[in-house]
Amino acid sequence: MKSTAKKIAGGAALLIGILILPHFLKFHHQDLLIFLTINVLVVASYRLVTLTGEWSLIHAVMMGVGGYTATLLFKNYELGMWLTVPLAGGVAAVIAALLCFPLFRMTQFYFLIGSFAAGEAIRLTWIHFVYPFGGTGGLSGVEPPIVGSIDFLDAIPYYYLALSVVAVCLFILYRIEKSRIGLILHAVHWKAPLAESVGVDTWRYRALAFVIGSFFVGIAGALKVHYLGTITPNQFGVGFMVFILIWVIVGGYSKFYGPIFGVVVLTLFDESIRSFEEIRPAIYGAVLILSILFLPRGLESIPAKLKAWFGTGVSSNEPSSAEKA
Amino acid sequence: MSILEVKDVAKRFGGLTALNDVSFQVEEGEIRGLIGPNGAGKSTMFKNIAGFYAPTKGDIIFAGKSIAGKSPHLIAGMGIVRTFQETTLFQELTVFENVLVGCHLRAKTNVFSALLGVDRDKQAQARDKSLQVIDFMGLSQRKEHLASELPLGTQRALAIAVALASEPKLLLMDEPFAGMNPEETNHMMGLTRKVVESGITIVLVEHDMKAVMGLCGYLTVLNFGSLLAEGTPEEVRSNQQVIEAYLGGAN
Repeated sequence: MKSTAKKIAGGAALLIGILILPHFLKFHHQDLLIFLTINVLVVASYRLVTLTGEWSLIHAVMMGVGGYTATLLFKNYELGMWLTVPLAGGVAAVIAALLCFPLFRMTQFYFLIGSFAAGEAIRLTWIHFVYPFGGTGGLSGVEPPIVGSIDFLDAIPYYYLALSVVAVCLFILYRIEKSRIGLILHAVHWKAPLAESVGVDTWRYRALAFVIGSFFVGIAGALKVHYLGTITPNQFGVGFMVFILIWVIVGGYSKFYGPIFGVVVLTLFDESIRSFEEIRPAIYGAVLILSILFLPRGLESIPAKLKAWFGTGVSSNEPSSAEKA
Repeated sequence: MSILEVKDVAKRFGGLTALNDVSFQVEEGEIRGLIGPNGAGKSTMFKNIAGFYAPTKGDIIFAGKSIAGKSPHLIAGMGIVRTFQETTLFQELTVFENVLVGCHLRAKTNVFSALLGVDRDKQAQARDKSLQVIDFMGLSQRKEHLASELPLGTQRALAIAVALASEPKLLLMDEPFAGMNPEETNHMMGLTRKVVESGITIVLVEHDMKAVMGLCGYLTVLNFGSLLAEGTPEEVRSNQQVIEAYLGGAN
């Protein structure tokens, strides 16, 4: 009972912290907070894809699909944000569903390379077709809505808007992972032949995770473009994909909160070394290597390690997992 | 009535013939032993029946329908489920969760039902079914243990529980007795009999002759990918060709 009360108090404190945070920040940091919020959705949706054991390199591009969808719908059809955001997810999901047919004929490294190639093909389409995608320079002029007296172009209102959308999406992703579908995704990852032998269509579940993951990252892309106002193909290149991978790997991917932990900590860290501009990549790289060496299971393993060191507050089902580690 | 009919099945890998026009029939309700020396093609035959391989030639009829070349999940849906040679389990899941995965055919759901909770009854049924199967296999005490923590014999029992949860009509067991001590072997023999008594037909690939002779009413013997002999354990034991195959036929 005591520990549940503690958990509730901790959760409430965290929630209040998240809600009042922007009021204590400078404008630049408010911006950063919005992008961080959106990136939380990017990594959480990527986690669903990795649950089946397949690591794709197309997630960043799928975010771009959502971003371009929102941009085109906004500019050409003057659709409001409450429509562009879900439609952006929908279009990303449909494209992902079509890509399933060639991509999930492959597994492992072949899938990795295949997904990368498919992503580049989409990105080159944006670069090549100046109409309607704007070419290398991309598109601009996307705006967030104005509702009554609230102008969502301001950082704080937009933060609350993005936060609410991301919170709903995280809730849905969490529910999926905790449902029977999450159990089967896990089964498909670890023992695909056994899963097949009891009737699991493994292809379908790999595809399902990829489509749902793409839907939510498409939403993230729409949220980003509505705030930033501009979109270019290079925002969704290999560079950003590598960041997604780093966030997930450093955070740890065996628990739902691992990748979220990763993106938050690394974003804060990246910001804190801003004054060492020239050697920033070197510091960043060193921290990555150290964290992978010493925390191969990611930042999410820190609480368990602390518990093991201090030997207190270990709950009844913890020792078994500690023994295995 | 024969539940499974293997008709002239051949399987070639490039130039290698793993199975060469093998035919046999399995009757409903029996424990059929599929035996033979190493490399005889027993596991290849299993993989063809369960859909992990497609036969190069021939047909496999299950309950009147051709299943040759179908995907494993479709064949499982029709009622044939296999267990694996090594202890293939979801090691990091609990006993209960392992069996719950086995209930897939009964409990599969879609994203929207899962999110809205409209599949609640179905999932509750799957949990009940899992508990029932766990009890049937004598694993109730271990329900919350991780599969990786179980001793070998119990892991094998769990593997069968996972298969039973999918409610098969025909269970293909691939060397369930390998590496067991006599006590574990006896226990597993008891469990196997219990499964058959519950109305499931079994095909058993096994090297442990004590288990095979004790369980099976009829044996099919393969050697070098071909059918060598068929008969009751007594007939097979005294068959000169079978003895030669096992002893290498050197003298």
